[in-house]
Amino acid sequence: MRDSTFKSAFNDRTAKTFMAVLFGATLLVTVLNQLFPADSVLHVSAYTVTLLGKYLCYALLALALDLVWGYCGILSLGHGAFFALGGYAMGMYLMRQIGDRGVYGNPELPDFMVFLNWSELPWYWHGFDQFWFTALMILLVPGLLAFVFGWLAFRSRVTGVYLSIITQALTYALMLAFFRNELGFGGNNGLTDFKDLLGFSLQSDTTRVGLLIATAVALAGAFILCRWITGSKLGRVVMAVRDAESRTRFVGYRTEHYKLWIFTLSAILAGIAGALYVPQVGIINPGEFSPLNSIELVVWVAVGGRATLYGAVIGAILVNYGKTVFTGIMPEAWLFALGGLFVAVTVFLPHGLVGLVAENWGKVKTRFAQNGNASNTTNPAEGDTP
Amino acid sequence: MSALDSLRETFRRDQVFDFMRQGTRPVAPGQLDSGAGKNILYLEDITVSFDGFKALNDLTMYIKTGELRCIIGPNGAGKSTMMDVITGKTRPDSGTCFFGQTLDLTRMSETDIATAGIGRKFQKPTVFPEHTAFENLELAMHGAKSPWHSLFTQLSGEQKNWIEETLYTVGLLEDRNKVAGLLSHGQKQWLEIGMVLMQKPQLLLVDEPIAGMTRQEVERTGELLQSLAGKHSVVVVEHDMEFIRSIASTVTVLHQGSVLAEGTMEQVQNDPKVIEVYLGE
Repeated sequence: MRDSTFKSAFNDRTAKTFMAVLFGATLLVTVLNQLFPADSVLHVSAYTVTLLGKYLCYALLALALDLVWGYCGILSLGHGAFFALGGYAMGMYLMRQIGDRGVYGNPELPDFMVFLNWSELPWYWHGFDQFWFTALMILLVPGLLAFVFGWLAFRSRVTGVYLSIITQALTYALMLAFFRNELGFGGNNGLTDFKDLLGFSLQSDTTRVGLLIATAVALAGAFILCRWITGSKLGRVVMAVRDAESRTRFVGYRTEHYKLWIFTLSAILAGIAGALYVPQVGIINPGEFSPLNSIELVVWVAVGGRATLYGAVIGAILVNYGKTVFTGIMPEAWLFALGGLFVAVTVFLPHGLVGLVAENWGKVKTRFAQNGNASNTTNPAEGDTP
Repeated sequence: MSALDSLRETFRRDQVFDFMRQGTRPVAPGQLDSGAGKNILYLEDITVSFDGFKALNDLTMYIKTGELRCIIGPNGAGKSTMMDVITGKTRPDSGTCFFGQTLDLTRMSETDIATAGIGRKFQKPTVFPEHTAFENLELAMHGAKSPWHSLFTQLSGEQKNWIEETLYTVGLLEDRNKVAGLLSHGQKQWLEIGMVLMQKPQLLLVDEPIAGMTRQEVERTGELLQSLAGKHSVVVVEHDMEFIRSIASTVTVLHQGSVLAEGTMEQVQNDPKVIEVYLGE
């Protein structure tokens, strides 16, 4: 029987490999950026550092979605909303940090409020000049929205495609709301022109590297947390809900509580990803709420492979790398490529790239075992299934 | 005189006021009260209709504590609907459904009913296909079932032993680490019975337990069900007459949503009404 304490989740082989690769890459980029002069061949530009940081934020977001979709079977098409809310919370803090260095030089009000002739800060902007308060809101706002939304949806037993549609509607409604200037989040333009975070200038290479490292640490932490949860009895119940919800109910579990639990946690992780994303890209606007973003997110997870956690991370990084390259060559064809990718993965790779590799690896091992001593080997494919 | 006697019998103080009875204590509200000699399940005047079609029509039936009851009836007689009503999946249009003396099943959720002590094996075996046989039983195990508890809980040695005993009882000890989706149909049936047992139910509802089983498996299932009766109350819905004859003491025949006949297999088989609608076919 598997051991499922938090410590064992930290020590298992998958988590160790994951952290080794993640921190190895982060360390390499850090060293190449900081120690080599700008004209050296080995120098990694600040652009690349930030790009990698962005990918890792996406990876964290994908991890959050994998938790609800891969393990609990809740296909949320609105997870971008939680990401954007976390991002807005961070954006508000960064706006307050600008102080009187804005175009209008108002020490209290962000530029867009001065532009709208507002005379004082709206009540919901108070407190965002404090980092601890911002950090709390980054967790609380997406978490609370997910909790209320999930409580209503799961209690009424909304499932499957209906749930996907209302999550989509949720993010769309938020997008429309945030587009309005009256709401007080900068409307169409969103929040931008950030200067510094905790006193460090966002323009400096060191801060960018620092943000990359912070993102890597957050991703690793979230990965271990998810490993622990999915390896615990809670994880097994959640998977049981995915596979046979009414059966789970008949053995005495309140499935709606479990779904709510995992959905809220996932939203909080998505919020953290958004908060780390904003200082790295330097802007947050209502476009982040766009349903398209949430759908892209689903594609990342599907491409990587569901219900493995690392599959979601790999998928997010690969697809976004593809997007970076592709939009450089043929920007107008990207959406077609994305759609094609989704269809191809659904038809040919139901278990994603990770599943493909695992299957072939199993075959190779079987062949190897047959060539060797066939008599005393057990079926390796059986040992591989988690 | 006899009228007075029956009046006295009706208003016997120890019957009307539970607490007057020697040696028994009344249960707290919300607890199952099904002491010896009482019934564990009371279905009275239950009607369920789907779009005008009456799946159950004034069904009245009692199950005694510790009894093994078989329910037969042609297709559409309302057997599965009756199970749905008992487990809270379907709400009756009218009628009462009590578990013991105190628990009104028509007002409880599926989860509450399961926790109160009614376990159900479905007609189509429903196990958790991606979990191993061992994990299936672990999930079904009686105990605290909140998310936070599940996150921190670890299996104790006692619990492991209990799961292994149950695996042995249902003949799946060797396949304990096999994913349930890969088990044969008969094994899935047994695994589901094992899951129901892990819930420590007072009442087991078993819907068509021997479908897809071999001869030996059928015999073992019969033995298993018989061994459960006494400690638990068992209600079996089955089509296979021979199987029922081999295990049943009391048989209830359902027809068009209500009870047609009740008694021993012999009595039921010789009942002209039953012969007409069911056995005579």
